[in-house]
Amino acid sequence: MTEHNTAQNPESARTAPVELTKRTDETIIKVADMHKWYGTFHVLKGLNLDVKEGERIVICGPSGSGKSTFIRCINRLEEHQRGQIIVDGVEITDDVKQIDTVRKEVGMVFQHFNLFPHLTVLENCCLAPLWVRKVPKREALATAMEYLDRVKIPEQADKYPGQLSGGQQQRVAIARALCMKPKIMLFDEPTSALDPEMIKEVLDVMIELAGSGMTMICVTHEMGFAKTVADRVIFMDQGEIVEVAPPEEFFSNPKEARTQQFLNQILQH
Amino acid sequence: MSLPSELPPRQDIGVIGWVRKNLFSTWYNIVLTLVAAYLVITSAGPLLNWVILEATFTGESASDCSGEGACWLFIGQRLNFFIYGFYPDALQWRVDIMFGLLAVAFVPQFIERFPRRKWFGIFGLTGLPLIGYILIPGGWFGLEEVQSSRWGGLMLTLILAYVGILAALPIGTILALGRRSDMPIIRGMCVVFIEVWRAVPLITVLFMASVMLPLFLPDGVNFEKLMRALIGITLWQSAYMAEVVRGGLQAIPKGQYEAASALGLGYWRKTGLVVLPQALTLVIPGIVNTFISLFKDTTLVLIIGLFDILGAVQSTITDPAWRNVTTEGYVFVAFCFWIFCFGMSRYSQNLERKLDTGHKS
Repeated sequence: MTEHNTAQNPESARTAPVELTKRTDETIIKVADMHKWYGTFHVLKGLNLDVKEGERIVICGPSGSGKSTFIRCINRLEEHQRGQIIVDGVEITDDVKQIDTVRKEVGMVFQHFNLFPHLTVLENCCLAPLWVRKVPKREALATAMEYLDRVKIPEQADKYPGQLSGGQQQRVAIARALCMKPKIMLFDEPTSALDPEMIKEVLDVMIELAGSGMTMICVTHEMGFAKTVADRVIFMDQGEIVEVAPPEEFFSNPKEARTQQFLNQILQH
Repeated sequence: MSLPSELPPRQDIGVIGWVRKNLFSTWYNIVLTLVAAYLVITSAGPLLNWVILEATFTGESASDCSGEGACWLFIGQRLNFFIYGFYPDALQWRVDIMFGLLAVAFVPQFIERFPRRKWFGIFGLTGLPLIGYILIPGGWFGLEEVQSSRWGGLMLTLILAYVGILAALPIGTILALGRRSDMPIIRGMCVVFIEVWRAVPLITVLFMASVMLPLFLPDGVNFEKLMRALIGITLWQSAYMAEVVRGGLQAIPKGQYEAASALGLGYWRKTGLVVLPQALTLVIPGIVNTFISLFKDTTLVLIIGLFDILGAVQSTITDPAWRNVTTEGYVFVAFCFWIFCFGMSRYSQNLERKLDTGHKS
């Protein structure tokens, strides 16, 4: 059985402090001196990061700091030009086979959901397991229903994405990524495009997922989420990692001046 | 407390509301309505007289057409030629079977609740052309051969349009994908192909195919004239189709490609499962527009000596045995074209409605 099935029941995940159900000291993502340029613009300047299996990392920082670009490099939606990224033992290079291997193990959730509008919710969830993992149809359907249940919208399975609210669409997008049974989940500002009353339903799902021991890297402005869930918070500015710290330390006692300034700005309101 | 819902004001609803709002809302709308009504009433009577009331439908020869109305007798007498061209009478059952299969494949597409109509459509796109390829020219399985020079009329028009439409969509789609490819050589080849073929009038293509191509082919290699025309029409049409499809491809948001990539779908699966279904749905109006325009463009094969339905009618109306049946001939041709083109148009609207999943991103 995979680690997903060791999930706690959703109620306790939301109320009780998150427990670690799985934690090994194996490094699952290794980023070493990674640089990226857009044309002549130096977006990422020598990033270094080791992520352990089961670790939950929140990346924050002002807009334009390169945080989205950074996580998009991890599944090669963006190309890096120097340095090394190793995901689950596979180095990301130009080799298409290696990229495909990595993408099978890395799920991603986007700011604008990017569900496939011509397919129903259920078909969205089954597409990749059927065509990439070659799972038998019956099994793919069962898995999809299991995850739709877990994100609490099994009743919407036969609807089209266009008929759902933003919060529901984002939960479907999470279920779609989980159906591939990835080892790592990347979240690229998953709540930024949502109306305020829908943010909570998506965060609840993410908190529950964090409780199940999934390795997560999450770019977000939701500081409450960072405080509850993250093992480490990373602050990025102008293409560099400025500070990495556990949330308690990060929020109460930031070391760098730029971090302090950023926290002052976003926590004032 | 919420306010109770009220009925809308009386003058906005019902027939009287509609008439008042759309026909008599302002003084110039009143004038336009009256003028239009006058034109419709004065032209409808004579038209009805010519088409039906004073027209001749039955009889033996030209002398029976004496009335003021249309001489539909002429169409009836020559119908065989208009539909089959010079195809031998005794073998016309082969063409009739094809007409029948065409109806079997496509009539269900217009009936919403027809069971398994998808399979009828798939048959129309695969089995039907295959059967036609065996049955119409003959020469196989003991079927007597009929040279393509003897084909003509509506049957020829349908063959040209059907083959053109069927081949142009996939070739055009591949060209459109090629034009958006990251690989410079493939992209370059597609751009050159599209830009060359699209910049040439169809008449030129047909003329080159029929007159000039044989000069360049090595001795002994010879395609029939019809085959050359078909290849010319298909390639020319593919270039147009490619640009229509490219319009659809460009309308797909980048996020769709990214989501598909992030799930691990490779190029072909991403294209086939995520991008093309959406892109083609978006450009259905453009695709059908191109089909309709191709259907009518097939009449140009007249200049290389093939007798499509227009050619067949045109060559008959000059027959001295019939006095002045020009109008009847052209009206008949126009009607035939209208039936098929209107059918395609309705079907595309049908399809658009069915494929609309309410998502406008």
